Amino acid sequence: MSGGEFHGKPLLQVEHLRKYYPFTKGVLLAKTLGQVKAVDDVSFAIEAGETLGLVGESGCGKTTTSKLILNLEEPSDGRVLLHGKPIHGLAGAALREYRARVQAVFQDPWSSLNPRMTIGRTIAESLIVTGWGNRAAIAERVGELLDQVGLRRDQITQYPHEFSGGQRQRIALASALASQPQLIVLDEPVSALDVSIRAQMMNLLKDIQARSNVAYLLVAHDLATVRHMADYTAVMYLGKIVEYGPTQALFDNVTHPYTKALFSAVLPPRPDRREEEIVLAGEVPSPLNPPSGCRFHTRCPFAMAQCSREEPPLRELAPGHLAACHLLTA
Amino acid sequence: MTDANGDIVLDVRELQTHFFLRRGIVKAVDGVSFSLRRGEVLGLVGESGCGKSLTALSLMRLLPKGGARTIHGQVLLNGDDILTRTPREMREIRGREISMILQDPQTSLNPVFTIGDQLREAIFRRSRARHRDLMREAIDALRRVDISAPEQRIGQFPHQMSGGMKQRVVGAIAISGHPQVLIADEPTTALDVTIQLQYLKLLKRLQQETGMAILFITHDFGVVARMCDRVAVMYAGRIVECGPVAEVFDNPSHPYTQALIASVPKMTGSTARLYTIEGQPPSLMDLPVGCRFAARCPHAEERCESAYPPSFTVGAAHTADCWRMTAR
Repeated sequence: MSGGEFHGKPLLQVEHLRKYYPFTKGVLLAKTLGQVKAVDDVSFAIEAGETLGLVGESGCGKTTTSKLILNLEEPSDGRVLLHGKPIHGLAGAALREYRARVQAVFQDPWSSLNPRMTIGRTIAESLIVTGWGNRAAIAERVGELLDQVGLRRDQITQYPHEFSGGQRQRIALASALASQPQLIVLDEPVSALDVSIRAQMMNLLKDIQARSNVAYLLVAHDLATVRHMADYTAVMYLGKIVEYGPTQALFDNVTHPYTKALFSAVLPPRPDRREEEIVLAGEVPSPLNPPSGCRFHTRCPFAMAQCSREEPPLRELAPGHLAACHLLTA
Repeated sequence: MTDANGDIVLDVRELQTHFFLRRGIVKAVDGVSFSLRRGEVLGLVGESGCGKSLTALSLMRLLPKGGARTIHGQVLLNGDDILTRTPREMREIRGREISMILQDPQTSLNPVFTIGDQLREAIFRRSRARHRDLMREAIDALRRVDISAPEQRIGQFPHQMSGGMKQRVVGAIAISGHPQVLIADEPTTALDVTIQLQYLKLLKRLQQETGMAILFITHDFGVVARMCDRVAVMYAGRIVECGPVAEVFDNPSHPYTQALIASVPKMTGSTARLYTIEGQPPSLMDLPVGCRFAARCPHAEERCESAYPPSFTVGAAHTADCWRMTAR
């Protein structure tokens, strides 16, 4: 950890981030018909050792946001800063350094590992790239990482197909941890796992965070998972953050109508505890032509005339708890 | 369960479906028994590889190619064992008496035909109606599953629809023959949460309108709580606990059911460490003689390893296969 010198700045800052994909017709002399606004003015920060949960349904822009943070996509506008320094435009050694600092674990443990490499080799790969040291030092570090994620050291020579889904996800985590990152982007890390394995993985992620002070950006659709893992929660809808706050405060006082609908779609933990359900009509509109004003107004049960005209800004309801809804001022 | 009860539409007894591979025999479904009453929703819950999907495919007689065979048991549909029917007779039974919805609507629909073609084919197989009537019935079927503007939608291809809408079309096809039993195999797993809730409500409404019975296969206890009247929990090829949903939630009796319920992250209460089940399920090629959960069970005793426990009654219509239940 290279903490001290950057004191005062959050680990990661995302400022007015936008990513528009042009929608074109034709191949040569392609005409741009419009822009898919995948991420549209998103800002947040993550401190060292913290977890931010990014929640939303498919197409809300949560995966694009994580790709921008991983420096796999260039933003159309806005910045991502690590320790106060912009990350886009980095090249060479500086980019490699960034890749070592910010790692990722993806949803599908079956496709994120190379089937032809032993897991020892897979984990060693990132150590070799970052110049960890000689052969012996790398072997020792791989062993340590296997211990950390709860795998046996003698499994080092096995191939991914010899492991179950939960174990593969541990391997993916071990290789993400190899370069001692300060931030790991976890993109639906447990949603492909079985219930009992999911709990093991969630506990493991929390243990590792407590030990190494790594920060997580947890991209997830399951609110209960976010509640267990995240210190802060951001809810996204059609490329925008509609509600943001400390997880506890947000879960105790759900404010935005979309967040309310998401919460009411959580299935009951027991058959008799059925709360009033808000069933949203229709589906998420296309981000190609997002609705005017508040993007949620077409499905919102409380929509007013103002909502289709003006876009509501994020307003602070309580310290750190923000929501973007005209109802808050009405 | 007794078959004297005329209300039972589907009665599965001692079903065994194994894969016969060169490496050995995979006992994927190994002695599954349950019954389904008219108009009832029975949840079949378990983790991947426990045999829940293969149970469903065995009931449909649609086993995957590559050595899977149902070697024992009965599947009584209205008292008639469909395991003894010929493939031709089965084609008549499928869709009309027993029907199925799969997890991924993308793979259930043919990408090169319009959804109208696919619906009309299903309706034609049942009714042999004329083209004009087929068209009208197909539009009605889409309307019943809440697809707006069905007249336009009917000419569309699957790729022009969202996942939730495709799954509605699959549902419309599945119930177009007015089946008495619908098997829904994880129908909402590929859908977003708000769309999942819409779909569950739709299924419940259709079930109440038609009075069909649903076997709802899922890994999600939330879905069970929302949808089902009774629940059967499967582990390593067998049903280990079965009972009315409220009973099983209040008084989970098999240690596996207890562990499953405890390991789900909740929306209320503490966010401290989650309960976990150590270890992995046993290999289906090399099953222990005793209780299959014994190796992971915190309460395992000697007898658990030597003999598989019988089903003990632990409450009203509530059974659990666990030796500890004898003590009660």
